[in-house]
Amino acid sequence: MPERRKFLLTMARGLGAATVGGLVWTGFLDGKKAYPTVLRPPGAVPERDFLAKCTKCGLCVEACPYQALVLAKPGDERPLGTPYFRMRENPCRMCRDIPCTVSCPTGALDPSLVSDSDDQGKASLNVNRTRIGLAVIDRETCIAYWGIQCDACYRTCPVIDKAITVEHIRNERTGKHAILGPVVHSDFCTGCGMCERACVTKKAAIFVLPRQLVMGESSDRYVRGWESTDEERMSGVPEDTTTVTPRSEKSPLDYLNKGDL
Amino acid sequence: MPPFREYKFLLSRRISQISIMLLFAVGNLLGWHMLRGNLSTSRVLGVLPLTDPFAVLQIFAARQFVSWESLLGALIIILFFALIAGRSFCSWVCPMNMVTDTANWFRKKIGLAVSGKSPVISRKTRYWVIGMSLAVSLATGIAAFEWISPISMLHRGMIFGMGMGWILVLAVFFFDLFVQGDGFCGHVCPLGGFHSLISRFSLIRIRHRKEKCTLCMKCLEICPEQQVLPMIGKVSSAVTSGECTNCGRCIEVCRDHAMKFGIRFSPENP
Repeated sequence: MPERRKFLLTMARGLGAATVGGLVWTGFLDGKKAYPTVLRPPGAVPERDFLAKCTKCGLCVEACPYQALVLAKPGDERPLGTPYFRMRENPCRMCRDIPCTVSCPTGALDPSLVSDSDDQGKASLNVNRTRIGLAVIDRETCIAYWGIQCDACYRTCPVIDKAITVEHIRNERTGKHAILGPVVHSDFCTGCGMCERACVTKKAAIFVLPRQLVMGESSDRYVRGWESTDEERMSGVPEDTTTVTPRSEKSPLDYLNKGDL
Repeated sequence: MPPFREYKFLLSRRISQISIMLLFAVGNLLGWHMLRGNLSTSRVLGVLPLTDPFAVLQIFAARQFVSWESLLGALIIILFFALIAGRSFCSWVCPMNMVTDTANWFRKKIGLAVSGKSPVISRKTRYWVIGMSLAVSLATGIAAFEWISPISMLHRGMIFGMGMGWILVLAVFFFDLFVQGDGFCGHVCPLGGFHSLISRFSLIRIRHRKEKCTLCMKCLEICPEQQVLPMIGKVSSAVTSGECTNCGRCIEVCRDHAMKFGIRFSPENP
């Protein structure tokens, strides 16, 4: 067989085998990367970018003075080798110097996401800007909502009276008592998980989940008129509000009267 | 007990491999700053960054940028191995080398290695796996090999806890033992392939002296990358292939002093 033909055949065979392997590999990874409930260290870039940028070196894990962060081992059912919190066992203590974030060499944890910048543009760390996730309360198992007095989550919250407040609700069952129900506020909750650990129920009735999992997003056209700056959200919205559907394209107004229903 | 010269490099390599992993593990357990992180990314003495350049390449393929620190760390690694040390990462640093060396030692001991038998897979497979790693990184947006690498699972496991990671390490051991001799490190591993590619022009080289050679072929028997030794008994020259891991086993088994560590440029090399 001529040299050139042999070479081309070898290459074609290699390319074919590599394609098969690559497809299996891609399929495997595609299933592996979707773990929506994983809680990342403070300052983590969005999960998609995080999965690409994190080299799984564990420097953030080593930097944590409370050993709250762990690297996912095979069998942990988390993206392999990446750092995450288990809030019920060991939550984030919100260190002011945020050692985990500043230790990251690759940019998967970005200090600018947990920093304030002053008038001169100089950035300083502010751990309260941490957004690991958002605490969510299951009112049906939270004993405070049964009318039993418990404010464990409220007392332990490092952003007490902002991230968690206690609301007084009339106890309709007795007619003369108050229910002191904890309420989480997403503007301030850092997702540190102290509440999840403190919760007294058998399985925590307050727990942290990633924000994109539990938060909705209202449309820009719904404006809170009582807030002076809320109208600014409208600035980028087009004035034309027509919705075009296959039917309205033909006759946007009169289809009811044209008899082609 | 064989004389010291017959295992001095083997012993040095084991000391090098084990002490690097120990420094990492102690760094994690006791907070020493000597060496922290793992073989993917680390910091020496809290300042000097070191990054696995193949991981950085995959991150680029995944259409992401890494920090300047990681880029610098990858550059340091590339320059050190490409200009000076050759593919010695594989035989002096990587802990998987201990696993596969053990597997291949058993393979020879129990007679599974039949000489002259055609290989199950090609030695070029590793370069295809490099291509696959980059293509899959591009398709999935994550560093593909870093997610399945038994090497990472091993060194990360030794430092941060193994979990179920030993399964894949055991798979590599059995692959080398039963399927293909020097199979993982010498045929499949894209990290080894990457180091082969960058080590083509490095300074430190094994040198062969034809006039001393008695053609016993012990060097070829022991070498995990036999294809790098075509000059044995034929010409005096340096081993120039990037696939040579500078493990020094050929030097140790040669009773005729026909092999030695040297540098690429030397008067006896025309």
